[in-house]
Amino acid sequence: MTIDLPPGLVMVCGAVLIPFLRGRAKSALLLLLPLLALAAVHTAPEGTWWTFSFLGHDLALLRMDRLSRVFGYIFSLIAFIGFVYSLEVKDDLQHTAAMVYAGSALGVTFAGDFFSLYVFWEFMALASAFLVLAGRTASARAAAFRYVLVHLAGGLVFLAGILLHLSKTGGLGVDYIGLDGAGSWLIFTGIAVNAAIPPLHPWLKDAYPEGTPTSSVFLSAFTTKSAVYLMARAYPGAEILIWLGAVMTFFPIFYAVLENDIRGVLSYSLINQVGFMMCGIGIGTTLAINGTVSHAFCHILYKALLFMAAGSVLHVTGRIRCTDLGGLYKTMPLTCIFCIVGAASISAFPLFSGFVSKSMIVSAAGHNHLIVVWLMLQFASAGVFHHAGIKVPFFIFFSHDAHIRAKDPPWNMLAAMGSAAFLCVFLGVYPAPLYAILPYPVDYIPYTGAHVIGQLQLLMFGALAFALLILSGIYPAEMRAVNLDTDWFYRKGGAAVTRWADRALNPLNAVSERLVVDGAVAGLARLSVDAPARIILMLLSACWHLAGIRGEELARRKAVAARNVREGMLPAGLGALLGGVILVCAFLLA
Amino acid sequence: MKHRQGWFDRPENLRLFLRLFFAGLGVLLIADLFVHKHGEFYWENVPGFFAAYGYVSCVLLVLVAKVLRRLIRRDENYYDD
Repeated sequence: MTIDLPPGLVMVCGAVLIPFLRGRAKSALLLLLPLLALAAVHTAPEGTWWTFSFLGHDLALLRMDRLSRVFGYIFSLIAFIGFVYSLEVKDDLQHTAAMVYAGSALGVTFAGDFFSLYVFWEFMALASAFLVLAGRTASARAAAFRYVLVHLAGGLVFLAGILLHLSKTGGLGVDYIGLDGAGSWLIFTGIAVNAAIPPLHPWLKDAYPEGTPTSSVFLSAFTTKSAVYLMARAYPGAEILIWLGAVMTFFPIFYAVLENDIRGVLSYSLINQVGFMMCGIGIGTTLAINGTVSHAFCHILYKALLFMAAGSVLHVTGRIRCTDLGGLYKTMPLTCIFCIVGAASISAFPLFSGFVSKSMIVSAAGHNHLIVVWLMLQFASAGVFHHAGIKVPFFIFFSHDAHIRAKDPPWNMLAAMGSAAFLCVFLGVYPAPLYAILPYPVDYIPYTGAHVIGQLQLLMFGALAFALLILSGIYPAEMRAVNLDTDWFYRKGGAAVTRWADRALNPLNAVSERLVVDGAVAGLARLSVDAPARIILMLLSACWHLAGIRGEELARRKAVAARNVREGMLPAGLGALLGGVILVCAFLLA
Repeated sequence: MKHRQGWFDRPENLRLFLRLFFAGLGVLLIADLFVHKHGEFYWENVPGFFAAYGYVSCVLLVLVAKVLRRLIRRDENYYDD
């Protein structure tokens, strides 16, 4: 049986029903829609379906090939796990936003043309902003506001690129583009915003720690990885991505060491992991692309698992900062185990999922003899174990006991974490099912003696460094602080622009007001009142001079006449006389 | 208030854990001598290369981060004005 529906549309349209259902029916719908999408992904035959014509262009809602199918699998799978995790949440806004968000990510994945892709792209930005907002705190609102601004700006750049690309090639198909010409660079930049490629990355660390315990799980999965999909589709082999990716794996780990918020640490390690994928896309060989896709697949699982573990701690204890946590292994043992599985997976420990996927990318860098890149990736691998692998579990569950009353979270949260953890171990032990669905045939054996020993040495001696640095007191103490990042430019820069506008433009306003409103307009008003009086006084005083009136009498008459003119108290005849005189003058002069 | 005792609260357990950890490091260094190497770069075949690289990387990471903190650290309410 095939389910002949675009998977994304199933979830986006189904989301509309969420607010109308209650209790078990609602829970059933939340779980059913991702499963339906998963079934649709699984059963759709390769090819382009759901095509129609719009303004003379061919649009397609379901382009199925090996690359889109594997992303379709993991997106619908993680949506299902995410809804299991958030089943107890009593907030329709969150559920609806999450469903539209996940559905839109699937929409982006299966769009065959840039027009429908762009529509899903913007839906994704909007729906995810609501997930940032779902915390309903002042800081969440502010972060969501910045998030929307960044993504709308990115979306506009993306749209401009699509239009330029259309006018250049005449086609809208989502295929290989390559970096050539303004349009392709704009599309690249639009995707780079969503992929959090530096320096366009800080929105991620700004927004993801602000979500609710459940909403951040969804956030961690879709935006960056749909960007990875699109990069892999449109720019494989773009050399600049090798270097951008390497930098991306490199610099966030320093920030992660200093970061106090657990979900902030996870956000930085998310950027670091997407860096590996960007690097793989840049290398562009079949091994590298396979590595990128499989790493995206594994990464979505273990990153969601880590966000779920952090979310469980936040949900149960109300705390999320390293400085406030510690010793929870005694009271939240299951969460602790799941967190360690996620940490081992992201660190690419042998027998855990990251090992079978990340090593393909590193090996691809080695095969292509990219020495500096290879060294950077190995450094980043050691670093990611250091901050995400050790720091996150250590400061939450071990370290100094903060004596927090806690217990493991409700069954649904445990079930979601348990299934993600199971998949992390399963794929790590037996990667064949994952390798079978990758875009290219896989000829790669992760488990060789040298590789296992080398990787274990890299990790365990990194752990030794961590232990010695902690024991010697050199390790930087966790502290509440803000660490500057490139968002400084728009957060402080935005405020500076406002202040500058205030200082530069408001004085200009004041000067204009003085000159125009107080000066010119008032002067004109005075002139229109005074001018007749002055003309009449001039004429009258000439008459009085002729009549021989001088001194005080003249001054008195002038004062009376001026008052009468200004107050409009002249005898009616005088006005008529003046009119007559002007007519005669005009007649004589004509 | 009486706090729950965990496994790591007992010093002998912590010692055992650390001993196992150090033993593991030793095993890794020894095992390194016996595996067949086929690295892309010659230094991959040097015994203990990955151990040294992992250790030095993490020490460097922390030391650089400490310097970085001096440059980028601001008050928690830095952006709230």
